[in-house]
Amino acid sequence: MALVEIRDLHVDFGAPSRPLPAVDGVDLDIEAGEIVGIVGESGSGKSMTALALMGLVDAPGRVRAAHLAFAGRDLRSLAPRARARLAGGEMAMIFQDPQASLDPCYTVGYQLDEAIRLHGIAAERVNRATRRERAVALLAEVEIADPAARLHAYPHQLSGGMAQRVMIAGAIAGRPTLLIADEPTTALDVTVQAQVLALLARLRREHAMAILLITHDLPVVAQTADRVLVMYAGQVMETGRVPAIFESPRHPYTRALLDAIPEHNVDRARLRTIPGVVPGIADRPAGCLLGPRCAFFVERCATQRPALRDVDPARSVRCHFPLT
Amino acid sequence: MTPNLPLLEAHDLAKHYRAPGAGFRARGVVRALDGVSFSLCAGRTLAVVGESGCGKSTLARQVTMVETPTAGKLCIDGRDVGADAAYRAQLRPQIQMVFQNPFASLNPRRTAGQLLEEPLAIQRRGNRTERRDAAFAMLARVGLRPEHYGRYPHMFSGGQRQRIAIARALMLRPRLVVADEPVSALDVSIQAQVLNLLMDLQQAFGVAYLFIAHNLSVVRHIADDVLVMYRGRIVEQGTKHDLFAHPQHPYTQALFASTPRLHADRVLHQVRAAAPSSFAPRSSPL
Repeated sequence: MALVEIRDLHVDFGAPSRPLPAVDGVDLDIEAGEIVGIVGESGSGKSMTALALMGLVDAPGRVRAAHLAFAGRDLRSLAPRARARLAGGEMAMIFQDPQASLDPCYTVGYQLDEAIRLHGIAAERVNRATRRERAVALLAEVEIADPAARLHAYPHQLSGGMAQRVMIAGAIAGRPTLLIADEPTTALDVTVQAQVLALLARLRREHAMAILLITHDLPVVAQTADRVLVMYAGQVMETGRVPAIFESPRHPYTRALLDAIPEHNVDRARLRTIPGVVPGIADRPAGCLLGPRCAFFVERCATQRPALRDVDPARSVRCHFPLT
Repeated sequence: MTPNLPLLEAHDLAKHYRAPGAGFRARGVVRALDGVSFSLCAGRTLAVVGESGCGKSTLARQVTMVETPTAGKLCIDGRDVGADAAYRAQLRPQIQMVFQNPFASLNPRRTAGQLLEEPLAIQRRGNRTERRDAAFAMLARVGLRPEHYGRYPHMFSGGQRQRIAIARALMLRPRLVVADEPVSALDVSIQAQVLNLLMDLQQAFGVAYLFIAHNLSVVRHIADDVLVMYRGRIVEQGTKHDLFAHPQHPYTQALFASTPRLHADRVLHQVRAAAPSSFAPRSSPL
């Protein structure tokens, strides 16, 4: 049994009679201690998938799934209060902009204290002193220098990298078995990004914590994740293990994404691009979603939407004509 | 324009900010830019690379003459811009800027057409019909369609908005465009489209770019020459070819090492904990 089991996840917006799918039939398993990456352009539904798992999709969004389980519990039948307690505790999340995720009016210490009161174990929750001790330990865990002094800092006094470390400290206060990281390093410098990614890798190793890493940055995923889902317009286009999926992409979209990276265009005058943009939620093409932007488009792609098929034991591809 | 004479030259450019005391921090001087010299020729691209707080945006503010440098000299066409206010006024339309976040840099209450015509109207160039024609021509140049003329910024995607921002910067046919992280907010695929567009426009208009970035692989694609900055100083500068083939300075090497790559060993090399604050040892009490 995997830690996370998702089958046929849908997140719909718009009128029930004419649903607009933001997430369209996603299957995803995450094993304990595994780092799974989701990559794709803006509007591909990667964040929406994570929010649906966290139970954070608000009306008018509607979530439905054939199966949605976390650590053996069915999330669809869980009472709302139990579900809310799960989020932030066993299943924690960090976001792209740490400065915006922290409350500017409260100190780091206060915000960690709150996380510990809600999600800490009994021995830590006893009184203010035990919570403070735990907060200092959490800051030390995320490699913040002089943690006791930092408890008094307000978010605006932190650099971007430090703020993201504080976010991670708050997220691991409940000893999560799954950490969802939504573009955790997109707003950071490369040098700081390397430190934060190394920190996440260390936490996974030491606490056997699974990580769902959402990013549009393929090299970040290539460097950190064990397995990758490539999403486009709400659907999974290709899944496979790292580095195989980047060494021999089987879906034209994965290939096109890789080709657009400057690293792969060193001796070219122009960068290779993917023409056009991700179709909006209301104007998805009838056949293959990628169709109009695909270099290998043929007539069949316009009429028939491909299904996700296994092309080898570790790789699934949603294409009528997988690349070889 | 004389050949061989650089369009832009900076000699020992410096910008220091006075910082008020706060908490246990003493009043001090932030040396955001501390003795920077370089030159940029017409139609070329100079990339400035470094992490947050290294002074790259401060450099952009000096070059666009938004701020006056504390020390040093900025020359355009070999002539000092600090000395002569009339000369600066004459130069301003020739130097334009493109910002990182096209969601924040376009006025949400102006249509794409109005945004493009505004610089012409401010400079009193042409009449209404001519400005309108120029806007349509520029829309086509940057890969947008005529029907986009009447649309507002929120109706465009991030990549399209950045195209509008670039189009607006080019309306006055500037000789220098300062682009501050123009593609770092965009998806990879869109980033490639916008970089190609910038290169096409450079060929078409012969504009020079001062291209500020933190992403080395983007720089590698678009730049002719590269400056690496750290804490307000240039730690390494050279042609793109030399710098990428043989990075000399430890900081440049560290930047390369911490850039994630697709097919590399899976250990990211790290630079020490954090870049020191610009206050630290070199600050002097006022």
